[in-house]
Amino acid sequence: MNTKILEASSISKYFHDPVTIQILKDIKLTVDHGEFVSIIGKSGCGKSTLLYILSTMDTDYEGDLIIDGVSMRNKKEADLALVRNEKIGFVFQFHYLLNEFSVLRNVMLPGLKLDKYKEKEVEERAYQKLKILGIENEALKKPNQLSGGQKQRVAIARALINDPLIIMGDEPTGNLDKKNSEIVFNIFQELSQEYNQALLIVTHDNEFAARTNRIIEMEDGRIIKM
Amino acid sequence: MNLKLIANVSISLLRARLKQTMVAAIGVTFSITMFITLLSFMSGLNDMLDGLIVNRTPHVRLYKEIKPSKVQPIDNSEHYRNHYNFVSSVKPKNERLDIYNNGTIMKVLNQDPRVLGVAPRITAQVFYNVGAIDLTGVINGVDVDAEARLYFFKDYVTSGNYIDLRNIPNSIVLGKGAAEKMLANIGDVIQVTTSKGERMQLKVVGFFQSGIQDIDKVQSYTSITTAQKLLGEPKSYITDLQIKLKDITKAPAVAKEFQLLFNVDAVDIQTANSQFETGSTVRTIISYAVGVTLLIVAGFGIYNILNMMIYEKMDSIAILKATGFSGKDVNRIFILIALSIGVFGGLLGLLCGFGLTSLVHQIPFNTAALPTVHTFPVNYNSKYYLIGIIFSIITTYFAGYFPSRKASKIDPVIIIRGK
Repeated sequence: MNTKILEASSISKYFHDPVTIQILKDIKLTVDHGEFVSIIGKSGCGKSTLLYILSTMDTDYEGDLIIDGVSMRNKKEADLALVRNEKIGFVFQFHYLLNEFSVLRNVMLPGLKLDKYKEKEVEERAYQKLKILGIENEALKKPNQLSGGQKQRVAIARALINDPLIIMGDEPTGNLDKKNSEIVFNIFQELSQEYNQALLIVTHDNEFAARTNRIIEMEDGRIIKM
Repeated sequence: MNLKLIANVSISLLRARLKQTMVAAIGVTFSITMFITLLSFMSGLNDMLDGLIVNRTPHVRLYKEIKPSKVQPIDNSEHYRNHYNFVSSVKPKNERLDIYNNGTIMKVLNQDPRVLGVAPRITAQVFYNVGAIDLTGVINGVDVDAEARLYFFKDYVTSGNYIDLRNIPNSIVLGKGAAEKMLANIGDVIQVTTSKGERMQLKVVGFFQSGIQDIDKVQSYTSITTAQKLLGEPKSYITDLQIKLKDITKAPAVAKEFQLLFNVDAVDIQTANSQFETGSTVRTIISYAVGVTLLIVAGFGIYNILNMMIYEKMDSIAILKATGFSGKDVNRIFILIALSIGVFGGLLGLLCGFGLTSLVHQIPFNTAALPTVHTFPVNYNSKYYLIGIIFSIITTYFAGYFPSRKASKIDPVIIIRGK
């Protein structure tokens, strides 16, 4: 089971505005199946930038990114969207749920987009994911009727809907209080241990990072500790 | 399936901004309504004005004109063949005004597949004698049945029964203006004098009103036999053959052909009344221009609302893209929103347009000049409805195209990191 699902080889990135600065310098890292990895570092060290490159949303970089054995370089925008849809689940600092849809529908959207299962099945799966996260009773509510912690759990359920290879999180607990952070962390841990889900979480919370399998520490655009 | 999902997302976004959406749709509805009403009304008006002339004007008119001969005897001389011959003071010959052999010509015309019908006529210059005064006038001897069938004679006889003209011997239908001058009523007997001095008493059986006053002041109608009697001419005397064609656009060519074939003068409607076509064209262009302008303005409304929606929904677009919706999907979502505004507003506009057009059609419009018209004329041509809906879809598509493109190019990273 110890296969690489994500491999970054010599990734560099520059910001050109207002002056050209190299923000990432020759990043090399791999994430294996079932690993729970955290990236830490001071703010401005490039950890979020790296995450967006690894998630295929940012395509302006040098080097190569291989996800599930396929190079992401030179892929078209629509193909990258498909990769994100199928293989990557996202959890952001802010939940980004669509208030026009119910919680259930929000979770279902990426599943409907993937179009692998029929709508009924997607719904059933969405219920399962909500159950794992303990919020199946809120399924028919609108996101703006939920608390912050609940919203973040819905966002995690949405990330899980297509059984992604890896879940990426950008400070997923950054907006939450201690108690909710704990809940979210426990969920991540449970996913990692019970479902063997690979996770790559960017955080500045060292306590959080300390409890993950592996810590990648960054400084000034370089990985200083793996 | 993806289409279903995209439709689903579009509808949810639409419902979230229902009020603005409605305002945009009403903009389209209003412009389509006005577009249809304007064009229906304009074209109804055009048809009516054209009808004034076209209904009563032959498409091709065959006649004999008194004019100087084109060929002078000297031109036939062998000796002077290669000379320039100048003949001054050429006068027209005393020719007969009637069309030779008109019976045969009519038979040939009636068998021609291009010809809808032929109405023979006699035109006679007369004086209406009112006491000591003579008023100049023109009497048309007509074949009442042919005239009624081809030139809507019945519609223009405003009082009295047109058929009496055929049934009562020595009867006349007076022009309204002429009758007013003579103070003649139906049943009265008036006296006319021909240019050759013949006098005749005619019974008034009706009044004729064409809507063109100058005509009504001088023209009157009698049957062909009465006219022949009036002029003292034989039964075969016919001065005009008025031909109505199945296809009016062929008139110039047909006129030329008949001119050569029957050795008579011929004039087509396009040459005789060219100003009317110009007027119609200009009016149509104006109404289209106004209609299209309205639609474009509505298009800007849709553009604004979509732009606003995209700014508002930036986060949603970003997360849709982050979770696997491509730029193309996002583009489709917003195009669909624009199109549904266009289709919904457009269809409603068609209905309202039809309603408003019918309303205009009910407005009383009585004018002495137009005896057959009692309400505003309107043309319910389905062509305008088709153009209306196609235009509304095209404008809303373009109004949605640019905002959609912008939405599809939103970079999710910038928005997500910006928080």
